[in-house]
Amino acid sequence: MTAQGIENKGASSGNFKQNLSGRYNLDRVFATAAWAATIVSVLVLVWLLFTILKDGLGTINWNFFTAFPSRKPEQAGIKPAFFGTLWLMAVVAATSFPIGVGAAIYLEEFATDNWFSRLVEINIGNLAGVPSIIYGLLGLAVFKRIMGPITGGNSVLSGGLTLSLLILPVIIVATREALRAVPNSIRLAGFALGANKWQVVWNHVLPSAMPGVLTGVILALSRAIGETAPLIAIGAVAFIRSTPSSLQSPFTAMPIQIYNWVGRPQAEFHQIAASGIIVLMVMLLLMNTIAIYFRNRFQQTR
Amino acid sequence: MQDIRNQTMTDTALKAEKISVYYGSTLAVKDVFLDIPRNQIVAFIGPSGCGKSTVLRCFNRMNDLIPSARVDGNILFDGENIKRFDPVELRRRVGMVFQKPNPFPKSIYENIAFGARINGYQGDMDELVERSLKGAALWDEVKDKLKESGLGLSGGQQQRLCIARAIAIEPEVILMDEPCSALDPISTLKVEELMHDLKMQYTIVIVTHNMQQASRVSDKTAFFNAQATEAGGKMGYLVEYDETQVIFSNPREEYTRDYVSGRFG
Repeated sequence: MTAQGIENKGASSGNFKQNLSGRYNLDRVFATAAWAATIVSVLVLVWLLFTILKDGLGTINWNFFTAFPSRKPEQAGIKPAFFGTLWLMAVVAATSFPIGVGAAIYLEEFATDNWFSRLVEINIGNLAGVPSIIYGLLGLAVFKRIMGPITGGNSVLSGGLTLSLLILPVIIVATREALRAVPNSIRLAGFALGANKWQVVWNHVLPSAMPGVLTGVILALSRAIGETAPLIAIGAVAFIRSTPSSLQSPFTAMPIQIYNWVGRPQAEFHQIAASGIIVLMVMLLLMNTIAIYFRNRFQQTR
Repeated sequence: MQDIRNQTMTDTALKAEKISVYYGSTLAVKDVFLDIPRNQIVAFIGPSGCGKSTVLRCFNRMNDLIPSARVDGNILFDGENIKRFDPVELRRRVGMVFQKPNPFPKSIYENIAFGARINGYQGDMDELVERSLKGAALWDEVKDKLKESGLGLSGGQQQRLCIARAIAIEPEVILMDEPCSALDPISTLKVEELMHDLKMQYTIVIVTHNMQQASRVSDKTAFFNAQATEAGGKMGYLVEYDETQVIFSNPREEYTRDYVSGRFG
């Protein structure tokens, strides 16, 4: 039996028909398909980058950064939009990070499993899928009208809070995922040493989850930086001749400015719209770079 | 069972009086009576699913953390019912070492210092870290890398780090839930030697699947078994509890004899 088994090795032996060549062929087909899928998405990105750089690179100059919008495309700049976006992001980060992470910690670590927490859970999932214009209308009603005396109406604060609402569900979901990925043995170890819940969460669970939390927060901020519709809904205007000086200042933002330029008939405006897109993309890249930097730093200390 | 309950101990650290544990509506362990004498090592042995670990977790109220778990009966710690303790206070005095080494993803120093700090330790932290690591026979191996992550140590070192972390908060009892099951024989031997030294200061309860280990390290042994229930599940109960020597050489119960001689389980 043994001798026969060795003789037949390689060919189909006994009850097994190995069909190696067929299996390897399938392997290659699958790898090629996956490669093609990757290439398609990369090509789209490359094409996008190429056309935008071609159109927009020529009109990026110092004046573009320091000038206010103008009827003449060669004099128009993005200064108010650039600073408006920076202000917005500061407001969004300052409000959505503590509220989102706090809510996620409560739901994941403190809440007991009852109908209320399940209801909250389901609705947070639903909220993440609500179109952004709806948040804009909510912001219009709540932050601009009802809370107008505090926010200053059509202001950086109203816009930032509206965008915060928009990305809160994303932050909460991402943070909960990160918290859930922390092994339970860490929590048990803390409790067994006489730590209470807060001490376990603050000292062990949160630091372990921090890389994931930060990744989620930055991705959410990247979504907020590109949002146009909710800001238009609360009444941000593109043509503004000042940069924000306080939270109650009126503002404009990069995507609104780009949207405005793209909508004009003159081709020159389309070029500076492309320049605006380049600036916005660089801002996005910078944010993601910062996120990766923080994530790596937290991972090193683990 | 009657004589077990009435055994008079000179000094009892933990006393279980008719402990039953439920998970939801399922009875997991039924009617356990047990006295853990001070400064001795008590081993819990028995087949899987017989409730050894469940009973162990009752002693520092870790079952409180499982929402569906319910513990009936009383456990006395130093003569006082543990239900009257704050669980945070109880867990400082009844420490625990887990099956899988679970150091915090922090430095070796921080692993030891955390428990002491949250419990309001007033003394010199450097000295405590050194003393605890020496107590766990780990100091010589890690003294030059206290700032490095506890996760960088080998499995056996990690488990001794967990023991060092447990003794840093000066508990009276240390519960060990299969502390050597993830370790190689040499690391196991080191942990066993360590337990022998720790006995002078602490009361130790150890759950183990390794009967040689139980016979090597423990003074008393409790044998748990599981019986099938009508609902199709398994229910654990305490079969016999006696001096380790008696359990392994001359047990009263047939089940115990079969188990320790390797005939089942």
